[in-house]
Amino acid sequence: MSNGQSSFIEIRQINRVYFDTTGRQTVALQDVDLDIEKGEFISFIGPSGCGKTTLLRLIAGLDSPQSGTLKMEGKPVGKPSHERGYVFQQAALFPWKTVEDNIATGLKARNIYKEKKGDVAKYIDMIGLNGFEKAYPHEISGGMAQRVAIARALINEPKVLLLDEPLGALDAFTRIDLQNTIRKIWEATGTTIALVTHDVDEAIFMSDHIVIMTARPGKISEIVDVKLTGERDRNDNDFIVLRRYVLDKLHLAGGHDKPQPVPLEDRVIGGDGEAI
Amino acid sequence: MTSAVEDPVYWKPRSKGWFIAAVAAVFMALAVDVLVPDVQGVDTLPYQIFLGAAAVALLALWGASAFSASLRKKLYHQAQFIFAVGITLAVWDLLSTKSNILTLPFFPGPAQIIKVMVRERVLLLVSTAYSMKLFFVGLITGTTLGLVTGVLIGWYRQWNYWLFPVIKITGVIPAVAWIPIAIVLFPDSFTAGVFLIAIASWFSVAFMVSSGITSTPKAYYEVAKTLGAKENFLLFKIAVPNAVPNIFTGVSTATGFSFLTLIVSEMVGAKAGLGWYINWAKGWSAYDKVYASIIIMAVAFSIILAVLTLSRNYILRWQRGILK
Repeated sequence: MSNGQSSFIEIRQINRVYFDTTGRQTVALQDVDLDIEKGEFISFIGPSGCGKTTLLRLIAGLDSPQSGTLKMEGKPVGKPSHERGYVFQQAALFPWKTVEDNIATGLKARNIYKEKKGDVAKYIDMIGLNGFEKAYPHEISGGMAQRVAIARALINEPKVLLLDEPLGALDAFTRIDLQNTIRKIWEATGTTIALVTHDVDEAIFMSDHIVIMTARPGKISEIVDVKLTGERDRNDNDFIVLRRYVLDKLHLAGGHDKPQPVPLEDRVIGGDGEAI
Repeated sequence: MTSAVEDPVYWKPRSKGWFIAAVAAVFMALAVDVLVPDVQGVDTLPYQIFLGAAAVALLALWGASAFSASLRKKLYHQAQFIFAVGITLAVWDLLSTKSNILTLPFFPGPAQIIKVMVRERVLLLVSTAYSMKLFFVGLITGTTLGLVTGVLIGWYRQWNYWLFPVIKITGVIPAVAWIPIAIVLFPDSFTAGVFLIAIASWFSVAFMVSSGITSTPKAYYEVAKTLGAKENFLLFKIAVPNAVPNIFTGVSTATGFSFLTLIVSEMVGAKAGLGWYINWAKGWSAYDKVYASIIIMAVAFSIILAVLTLSRNYILRWQRGILK
């Protein structure tokens, strides 16, 4: 996070209101400011209706705000572009295309398939789906489909990869497996990644910064830095302390009548996890 | 191969006895024709050859099925039906050719129909070829027009606004209602026939294509856009492929309409084709020829539908497991 003018992605005073058919309005995002630096892994977490997906869609250019500015590398974000890859909760693979054809879609859409054909195999390798190149989406599992969706976005070498609860519909084992894969991809490619999730562990395990959001109106309530070094361990004390802290914050954000949580700095780090 | 799991399609695989009975029934039909004296004075040799060939074919298939478990399963599954066909032929033969209870010319026996098919083979073949030519030219014209208009009204608001109501209203009119107009508009019966069949197939294809395009999930477009797709790509590589199952539904419906329109238009105005042949034979009270051409139609149309189903299964193989 930086407050400088030269952030990689710069979000200023964004407002987004939705109107339903009866004219009733929902404030999805209110006066949101955020900076994302190049190469960061940032997570958005919050109760449903907090506007985290809306924010991600705005960054992608799939939606536009009523007011405020949104820039990437100093240029306003307009229409969707291959520079901002997006992965949906439902993999949304094209069912009539095989795994490799799905992954190649971006190259074909940009008319660079001929030159970059070889990349398809490279990304199939990266997501570990060798042997499934010719399979159709209905023949593979949900976790595999999501891997394909990630490779499909990565093949364009996007400047930022936007992940909209991509693991939300998967079982626990597949989730953890894919969390590791995404971490490795991030380390290998250095792509900036923004992840929307409702899983606190996932946010802590994967990201540098966790943006905690509140609902109605959708706002950023706090940005937590994840200062875990080395291999992240879900049972590590620092991990547990952070988890408790984020959970406390989320309960508050959810509107539960709870006392203000102890600030993170005052919590015991490195001690007995149970004592906190 | 005996399996505990029942095959959903060929669920009568253990009918070995019935298969023997089926072959016996075909031989019995042959024996009835050969042994029982003929009352109507029909040349029954072609019919006897036909029955003999059918029996030999069954035995040959049975021999071949020694090497193919799936063929044997299919063969045994069909055995009861073949048995019933054999019995029906024998009874029909007895009631008509052998006893004149079913009288000529309106109710000919199987021997009479087979004989007429052989004797009239040249004219029947020419008529069939003419009908098929008309059918395919008409259906391909109509399907092409349907694809183009379907894409236009499915994708562009302006086209939808102007063309969709027209298609909706005119689409409910049976194509044969246009026969008087087609006769006036077109120089010969062939182009008029093409027009009618094209009309018959156009609307159902256009309607299904446009609904296939408009029903494309929004997520597919969004994914494609974030992958760098422009409008042409969204239309031709996302919306149209998504509409392919619908296109097949449209073409199937169009094919059915086209069979109907083909025969009716040939019966009314044409100088050739199976529809014309039926009408002409009716004029001479040659009902054996009417039945002969009906049988040829059944065979030809069934082959067309089977080819359509096969190509559909191949092209939509990505769908297997999603639907069924």
